[in-house]
Amino acid sequence: MDSDLLFNLFDQMEQSYLGEFMRDSIWLFPVVEAFHLIGLAILGGSILVADLRLMGFALSTRPIHYVLNQSMKLTKTGLFVLILTGVPLFLSEAIKCYYSRAFWIKMSALVLGLIFLFLIRNPFSLKLKESSIYLKFIGFLSIAIWAVVAGSGRWIGFS
Amino acid sequence: MLEFVIWLSETSWSISLVESLYLYPWIESTHVLSICFFVGTLIFVDLRLLGILFTNVPISEMNRRILPWTIFGFILMVTTGLLLFYAIPIRSYQNVFFRFKIFLILLAGLNMFLFHRQMRREGHKWDQTKTIPLSVHIKAASSLFIWSLVIISGRMIAYNWFDCDKQPQPEWVNWFAGCVLEISYAGGDI
Repeated sequence: MDSDLLFNLFDQMEQSYLGEFMRDSIWLFPVVEAFHLIGLAILGGSILVADLRLMGFALSTRPIHYVLNQSMKLTKTGLFVLILTGVPLFLSEAIKCYYSRAFWIKMSALVLGLIFLFLIRNPFSLKLKESSIYLKFIGFLSIAIWAVVAGSGRWIGFS
Repeated sequence: MLEFVIWLSETSWSISLVESLYLYPWIESTHVLSICFFVGTLIFVDLRLLGILFTNVPISEMNRRILPWTIFGFILMVTTGLLLFYAIPIRSYQNVFFRFKIFLILLAGLNMFLFHRQMRREGHKWDQTKTIPLSVHIKAASSLFIWSLVIISGRMIAYNWFDCDKQPQPEWVNWFAGCVLEISYAGGDI
């Protein structure tokens, strides 16, 4: 019963004006998808720079709060570009996503990634001491979660 | 060159790669995710040169601490990219987006060469002053612009709108993709 409700919701989203608009053009989906990848470069790069700093592999002579402050500007920009392009991509094939395991893995990892980023990584990195082993762990976990988001996102296209 | 890619496509490893259920998608995904290492870290270097991010960090330090990751991403990119080409040689070779992408990469390479030559000559001055020459700003902005176009054209390779086996195509497409029309029209009678 519940899944019917969810399916109807996805069906309605597929029938939405934006979804129809995306499907009407053969060019639009590929172009929006290409900009989604540029968003990935911005978000992924900023996640990497910050997390590599936490692990002590990049810009390690600079204070953590400074690197996080600078990289978060790009993380937010990347998220903005990804959501702006991701929503129309999703609306154009919502039913396909409903049946795609990769899509559900991606969305779960995305929620987890956002919670981890704003509620765990950023606040705790500022409190922990530079020498703390937990910093390396946080950095590694962050990269791992976002790699699942990006990888399973790519996999939606293979199904 | 066409003969070479035809030969490549007939090698047994190329056939196994393109027919593989999981290996090809994994290489493809690694190629896409490498964007984060390669372009993602390059964005930081370019935005530093433009004076937008990490303005407290000297340019030389930014290069030293970030560029190794960019190079790591580039090596991943080229390795997986060559494998992807090896899996689908003929179609890639005759693909307008692939050819445009290669042209853009060469252009980005030239831009990079000019930047590093300039940095070797006068880079020591950039760390001491707040003002970075306009010519450096132009090279950093060009880098961001060209690599974005590389990502876009790379994504477009997957679409077959301009493929040689979808004739008729506009004349410029057949010219730019290097389509051999005699073969596609004559069938098997050559």
